Amino acid sequence: MNIIVCIKQVPDAKDVRLDPITNTLAREGVESIMNPYDRHALEEAVAIKEQQGGRVTVITMGPPQAETVLREAIACGADEGVLVSDRAFAGADTWATSYTLAQTVQTLGDFDLVLCGKQAIDGDTAQVGPGLACRLNIPYATCVQKTRKVSDKVIEVERMMDDGFDVLRLPLPALMTVVKDINEPRVASLKGKMKAKKAEIRKFSASDIGAEIQNIGLAGSPTQVVKVFSPEARGDRKIFSGSVEEQVDQLVECLRAHL
Amino acid sequence: MLIIDSDKCTACGICETSCAFGAITVSDNCAVVNESCTLCGACVENCPVEALHIESAGKKIQSDINAYSGIMVFAEYRHGNVAPVSYELLGIGRKLADKRGVKLSVILPGGNVAPFADSLIAAGADTVLLAEDPILEQFREDVYAAILVQVIRDQKPEVVLAGATAIGRSVIPYVAHAIDAGLTADCTKLEIREEDGMLLQTRPAFGGNIMATIECPHSRPQMATVRPKVMAPAEPDPSRKGEIFQVHLSEQVVQTKIEVLDSVIDNEDQTNIQEVEALVAGGRGLESEKGFSLIRELANELGGAVAASRAAVDSGWIPYPHQVGQTGKTVSPKLYIACGISGAVQHAVGMQSAEIVVAINRDGKAPIFDIATYGVVGDLYEVIPQLIKRLQEIKK
Amino acid sequence: MDYFFTEQQQMIIDTAREITNEKIIPLRAELDEKNQFPKAILQDIAKADLFSIFVPEEYGGFGGGCYEIVLAMEELARGCVGVATSFAASALGIFPVLISGSEEQKQRYLPDIAEGSRWAAFGLTEANAGSDASGIQTTAVLDGDEWVLNGTKQWITNGGEAQIYTIVAMTDPQKGARGASIFIVEDGDPGFSYGKKEDKMGIRSSATRELILKDCRIPQDRLVGRKGTGFITVMKTLDISRPGIASLGIGLAQAALDEAVVYAKQRVQFGKPIISFQAVQHMLADMAIQLEAGRALVYAAARHIDSNPKNISKASSMCKVFATDMAMKVTTDAVQVLGGYGYMKEYPVEKMMRDAKILQIYEGTNQIQRNVVGQELNREYS
Repeated sequence: MNIIVCIKQVPDAKDVRLDPITNTLAREGVESIMNPYDRHALEEAVAIKEQQGGRVTVITMGPPQAETVLREAIACGADEGVLVSDRAFAGADTWATSYTLAQTVQTLGDFDLVLCGKQAIDGDTAQVGPGLACRLNIPYATCVQKTRKVSDKVIEVERMMDDGFDVLRLPLPALMTVVKDINEPRVASLKGKMKAKKAEIRKFSASDIGAEIQNIGLAGSPTQVVKVFSPEARGDRKIFSGSVEEQVDQLVECLRAHL
Repeated sequence: MLIIDSDKCTACGICETSCAFGAITVSDNCAVVNESCTLCGACVENCPVEALHIESAGKKIQSDINAYSGIMVFAEYRHGNVAPVSYELLGIGRKLADKRGVKLSVILPGGNVAPFADSLIAAGADTVLLAEDPILEQFREDVYAAILVQVIRDQKPEVVLAGATAIGRSVIPYVAHAIDAGLTADCTKLEIREEDGMLLQTRPAFGGNIMATIECPHSRPQMATVRPKVMAPAEPDPSRKGEIFQVHLSEQVVQTKIEVLDSVIDNEDQTNIQEVEALVAGGRGLESEKGFSLIRELANELGGAVAASRAAVDSGWIPYPHQVGQTGKTVSPKLYIACGISGAVQHAVGMQSAEIVVAINRDGKAPIFDIATYGVVGDLYEVIPQLIKRLQEIKK
Repeated sequence: MDYFFTEQQQMIIDTAREITNEKIIPLRAELDEKNQFPKAILQDIAKADLFSIFVPEEYGGFGGGCYEIVLAMEELARGCVGVATSFAASALGIFPVLISGSEEQKQRYLPDIAEGSRWAAFGLTEANAGSDASGIQTTAVLDGDEWVLNGTKQWITNGGEAQIYTIVAMTDPQKGARGASIFIVEDGDPGFSYGKKEDKMGIRSSATRELILKDCRIPQDRLVGRKGTGFITVMKTLDISRPGIASLGIGLAQAALDEAVVYAKQRVQFGKPIISFQAVQHMLADMAIQLEAGRALVYAAARHIDSNPKNISKASSMCKVFATDMAMKVTTDAVQVLGGYGYMKEYPVEKMMRDAKILQIYEGTNQIQRNVVGQELNREYS
C-alpha cells in the first residue's frame, strides 16, 4: 500500500505573540516543530504500513529548512521524504497550498491513501485536507478518530461529529485527516534517526511538479491578509489586590448581584 | 515576491524583528530577504520608511465579479434537526445583506427539511432553497459538496457563510477549492463594505495570539465559516415573508462513494458546555489532573459545568468536549471563571463573549486579566477553596 | 556544562529525553499511585531502540558501553526512577550472559533483549543473602541432563514481568562463594513461579516480587559460564551496573533541582519571588553544585570502565555512593524549597524524595560500597 502523509513545519504557536507596543510579532525563542496533528497522521500511516505492508512517503511544502521535519518523519518510520520548495510558493493560502500538494502527489505517481493532520496550529484552518481531496478527486473523511479496518480496496473509519461520530467506509484511493485521539505517536528510534541522517530527500521546485504559476503562492491565493492586530481588552475590569481572603470577599461582593 | 528598496531602507532592523519566520536579516546597511519568506506582509506593515512592498506576478483575477450578488447561508441538518448555528448565520447574514441592499438566501440539504423552511424565513431569510433526498439524511461530503457547488454556480452569491462545525469544516473547504473561491475559517467578526461588497473577515491567527483581517479582493463568492455561538441569531419574526424553492437534484449529484455504516451519538459526558450559564475552566496552572476535582467542586457550587483550556486537554487531564477556544468550543455563559489559564487569544476567542469573566491566576501579568471583568491574583489552590467557602456561607 | 558528547551519544540522550517528556512524565504520578508496572512505556522504550544500547552490534544491538547506558538512564530517571529501574533491571539481568554466557546463549537471548521483545531480571537476593551474597540458599543439582533448582529469591526487580531470569544458585554449597553458579530460567519453566508482590515506599511503578523455584527443571545448557564461577560473574555484573544506578541519582536530582528552581521563581512571599532570598538561593546553589560534581564523577567512572581497565570496583562504587547520597540530599532539599506544597502529592518532588531512598540501598548498600572503596585503598597502599 502506497501511503502519502502531508506534513508542515510550524512555529511552536504557544510562543508567538504580538508586541503590544511595536505591533510586531515577537519571534525570539520560537522554535520550529512538526505540526502536532501531522505527527498523528504519520503514526497512523506507519501503523497501517506495519499491518498492511507498503511504503510511506512524507511530503512538505515549505522553505529549505523544512527538510528537518521530513528527516524527523523518516526517523519515526516514514520511508521517504519529499520537499516541495520554491520562492514562488511564498504567500500561499489554503487554496494554493492544496493545489501545490495535489500537483506533488500526482507527480509522485500511484497512491492508495493520503493522510493529513486535522489542521496546522499556525493557521488552524483545517482546509488543506479537503482542498487536496477535491483537487485529487478522491473521497475523504475529516477528523478521523479511529481507523477500524483497512484493506487494499477500502478503509473504514470513525469520523468525529459534534454530537458523536459517524462510521464511514471509503473506497481507495482516499484521503483522511486525523485528530489526536487516533493514536499515540511513537518516539523516533535510534535506528530511525540514523536512517534519517543518511536519507536522501527528494526536492521538487514549482516546475518539477508542473505547477501553473497563476495557481501557486500569492498569485494563486484568493484570500489576502490585510491587517494584523492584538485583541482588545475589556474596558470595565477590576483587578483586586490584598490577601486571598480580601480578594475573594471583594469578588463575592461584585458577583452577588448576578448570582 | 518581497521587494526591498535599498535606497529607502535605513537598516533600522524593525522588519527583522517583525518577521515571524526569520526571513529577513539586516546586513550591509540594508534588509535582505531569504527563502523562508511567506509574504505574510508583517514587515511591509511595520516598515517606518515604506522601503518594502510585495509584488505579485499575474494575480488571478476573476472577470465576472459583478455578476455575483446576495448573501447565502449554508444551513445544517442532522438527526432530524437544523443546527442552531444556522440561525446565528442568518442573523449576521441579514445584517450584511441589509447593508449591501441585497437578498439573503439559505440552502438547506437534508432528508426531510421542508418543515424547517418557515423558521428560516422567520430568522431572516428571503429565499429558502431546499435540497431534499433520502441520501441526505446522513452527512456525506461528496453529495453535500456536489449540491453546494451546483447551487452556488447557479445562484452566484457574493458571500457564502457556513458554520464552523464538524460538517461545515469538512465540506466547505472542498467546495471553496472546487469553485476557486477564497475561504476564511472561524471568523469572529464579519463586516461588509457597502460600495464594493468586500467582506472583511476577522479571525485569530498564529495559534490565536494575534487577530488578522482577511479579504478576497479578486474572486467571488467570498466564503467564510463562523463558529457556533459567536454570532447572535435574530429575534424570530413569524410575519416575515419569503420564497421557498426545491433544488433540482440530478442523479449525478446524489451519487456517493461514501458508505455511512453507523451514526453514533455519544452519550458520554452529555453536558454541553455551550448550554450552561456558569462555567468554571481550568488550565495549565492546575498543574495536574487532580486540580479538576477542585474546579468541579466550584462548578457544582455555582450550578454550572467544567470547561478547560487546550493546555489542560492536551495534557490529558480532561477530555476534549470540555475544551474552550479556537480549536475547542465557543461559549457565552453568564459567568466564566478562568482558573490557571494564561488567556492567550486562542482561548480568549472561545469565551470572550461571556457576560462576566473572572480570572484567577498567580501571574498578575497574565493576558487573561486583560479580558477579565474581575481578577483575583493568587494561587488558585488557595483562592478556590476560599471562594467555595464564602459561596456556601452566602447560601446559608 | 558541556561534556562533549559524540553524535551517537547525543542521539541516545535526545531519544531518552523524548521518551521521558512524552511518555513518562505525563503518567508517572498515576503509575506511582496505582503501584502499576509501566508496560506500555517499556514497549515505547523498546520501539525507540533504547534496549539495544547495551547489546553488542553482532547481536542486533547498538553496541554502546557503560557511558551510553549511563546517559540513557539519567534521562529516563529524570522522568521516573521507577520506570528507569525497570529498564535498568533488564540490563542487569542480561549482563551475566553478556559477561560469561556461551556464544549459543548470546545468540538465543541477546537479539530479543536488543529488540525489547523480552525483558530480563537478575535473581540474586534472598531473605538471608543481601549484602552477604555467600549466604545464598537456593540450590541447583544436576539430575540426568537437567538442572533442578530449589529456593526462593526475594525483592527481584521485574519479577513476574520479565521473561528471562538469571538466577544465582549454589551448585556446591560446601565451597561457599566458590560454589555458586548462574542459570537462565525462563518464564513458564516447570516449577518456576512468582510469589508476593511488594508494596514499596518509592519506585512504586517498578515490579518487585518473589521468585519461587520448586523442583524447577531446566536444560543443562542454561548454566551460564563454568560451574562455580557464578560469584565472580555476579561481582563483574554489579561492577558495570553500579554507574547505571549512580546515573539514576543524577537524573533524579536534576529533576528535583528543575522543580525547585521553577517553583522558587514563581512563589511570591513578602512581595518577592522566594528565589531572591539568599537562604533559598544558597540551598539551590548547593543542590546544583553537588549535582554537577556527581554527574562529572559518574561520567568519568563510566568512561574509565569503558576503557577496559583491570579493576573497576573502586570507581564504580565511588560514583554509586556519591551520586545516590547526593540524590537523597537534593530531593530532600527540593521538598524543603517547595515547603508545604513540596510535601503534597500535587507536586512531583514528594515522589522524588521517596524514590531517592532506594538508590542508597539497592545494588549494594552505600555502606557496602564504602567497604569496597576502603578495601581498594588498603590494597593500593600496601
